[in-house]
Amino acid sequence: MNILDVENLWVKFPTRSGMFDAVRGISFSLGKERLGIVGESGSGKSMTGRAILRLIRKPGIVTADHIRLEGNDIMAMSERQMRDVRGQRISMVMQDPKFSLNPVMTVGDQIMEAYALHANASKAETKRKAMEMLEAVSIRDPERVFRAYPHEMSGGMGQRIMIAMMLIPGPEILIADEPTSALDVSVQTQVLGIIDRLVQERGMGLIFISHDLSLVTSFCDRVLIMYAGRIVEICQADKLHEAQHPYTRGLLNSLPRLDEPSKRLEVLKRDPAWREADSVSGSVSARA
Amino acid sequence: MSGIAIDNLNVWFSEGRDRVDAVKNAALTVRQGSSFGLVGESGSGKSTILRALTGLVPTWDGHMEAVGETLGKKRSARFYKKVQMVFQDPYASLHPRHSVDQVLGETLGLHGYRDIETRISELLDNVGLGPSFRFRYPHQLSGGQRQRVAIARALAPEPEILLLDEPTSALDVSVQAEILNLLTDLRTERNLTYLMVSHNLAVVGHMCERIAVMQNGEIVEVMTVQDMRAMKPKHTYTRHLLESSLGYKRAVSV
Ligand SMILES: Nc1ncnc2c1ncn2[C@@H]1O[C@H](COP(=O)(O)OP(=O)(O)OP(=O)(O)O)[C@@H](O)[C@H]1O
Ligand SMILES: Nc1ncnc2c1ncn2[C@@H]1O[C@H](COP(=O)(O)OP(=O)(O)OP(=O)(O)O)[C@@H](O)[C@H]1O
Ligand SMILES: [Mg+2]
Ligand SMILES: [Mg+2]
Repeated sequence: MNILDVENLWVKFPTRSGMFDAVRGISFSLGKERLGIVGESGSGKSMTGRAILRLIRKPGIVTADHIRLEGNDIMAMSERQMRDVRGQRISMVMQDPKFSLNPVMTVGDQIMEAYALHANASKAETKRKAMEMLEAVSIRDPERVFRAYPHEMSGGMGQRIMIAMMLIPGPEILIADEPTSALDVSVQTQVLGIIDRLVQERGMGLIFISHDLSLVTSFCDRVLIMYAGRIVEICQADKLHEAQHPYTRGLLNSLPRLDEPSKRLEVLKRDPAWREADSVSGSVSARA
Repeated sequence: MSGIAIDNLNVWFSEGRDRVDAVKNAALTVRQGSSFGLVGESGSGKSTILRALTGLVPTWDGHMEAVGETLGKKRSARFYKKVQMVFQDPYASLHPRHSVDQVLGETLGLHGYRDIETRISELLDNVGLGPSFRFRYPHQLSGGQRQRVAIARALAPEPEILLLDEPTSALDVSVQAEILNLLTDLRTERNLTYLMVSHNLAVVGHMCERIAVMQNGEIVEVMTVQDMRAMKPKHTYTRHLLESSLGYKRAVSV
């Protein structure tokens, strides 16, 4: 059974020079799996994530045949129902973590607030839980961080705090937009381990947006490759290196390599035809 | 010294129980025209070193030198033209109410350029953004597009030294390749000096001749790129970092 089914999703923005289509009719499903999304900068990855939570700001326009969350169409929900979806069922770690934290509230208060909304616990228990979350994401000095404000955090600490907060409600779906781009590999491994356990043990569905191709290959189950608002290719993650689409091939070729130094990196020649080709469907038909 | 020299640098924040010693007794030198990488643990003080150089943290002691000036509490106008920084978090560093055109136009105006029109289109072209982006505001840009605007702004005053804090972390690898090639060309043409922070060892390996590894506020090791490629660390933390980054590569061999 799919947790999420997205059918024919469009995101459009009116601009000076006419309507700009940021997402152009994509379809995909999400089961209890780790679904990677990679793709060109500006190809609509973040907008896809936000559209699922109906967080596209005006004057943006979202249309879809449906976005079903366990059978119920998100597109048809009231704003009130959406608040429950956002608070409890689908969490999103935004690409700008520090920007999504409240700048005038301490890190500890924010985590405690998130926990209190979700669980009925004593103040002491809530604090203990918040400290536990900070330790889980490898924060070196949780006591100090608990009392600190978001601007006093490093880039990667902000990302880890955001991930900790988003996992508190125990969501059915986590949408993570470049969640570990500021983490060194060893802290990254730790944090991904936590997310992975939730997928394996609790059946959470994960949408993992990333530019790190080797990470996506080793961490995800399936990968969607986006280009100019469409899905151009879908791969089994561990077969990404066998991808066929010239855009995906180009990505693989432009990676710098530690073991094979080169003076210049290969760059991509973008073919206008890539933009015109129909979107590939990323839906896996729901099995009983 | 017309590159960068840092010695005995300490940076701290707050006092009492919340005091953080973010940088402890750091030393490094970057010769003019060379490129130096800073890697290490998240929260280890990499961004703080760059911010201290640009004069953005008030509490530090030790010795810092750049573009031939010894740096004190204040920086000269010359320093602000010759040293530019690309911040780790492009969202916070771009003014939300200023369009791309305003951001670049004001920077160019401030540094006395006349041919602003042509320069703006050139800069946008350099970072792979078409003319349609010129009148956009930050909230109308994707993460990677914002990061490229921040790079264009740093290049605008034709600096001698670029401090780059994860400059390509929000870019797909094809755009990353274009930006890294651009930086390589600029360095060759203008003899620029780079101090670059990245958690991506392959990027640092591609761009830099020497690399400092940081952990918990300290530079634990400075190594050459050859030693990094040959996996010849001296410090256990460096070994750990190198091995964990190879772990992925080995497992998947992309
Ligand atoms: N308010 C807006 N008005 C016009 N265009 C917009 C607006 N917001 C976003 N866009 C455009 O929509 C496209 C998709 O943006 P999105 O943020 O989804 O890209 P992305 O795939 O996440 O890219 P990145 O990897 O760089 O973060 C981009 O080209 C962006 O410029
Ligand atoms: N304004 C501030 N006030 C208090 N503490 C700060 C401030 N800025 C940074 N710190 C602390 O200094 C330490 C080093 O932060 P810094 O941003 O330099 O780390 P970093 O190495 O760049 O990490 P990352 O890779 O996660 O970006 C962190 O513990 C951070 O909490
Ligand atoms: Mg994005
Ligand atoms: Mg940093």
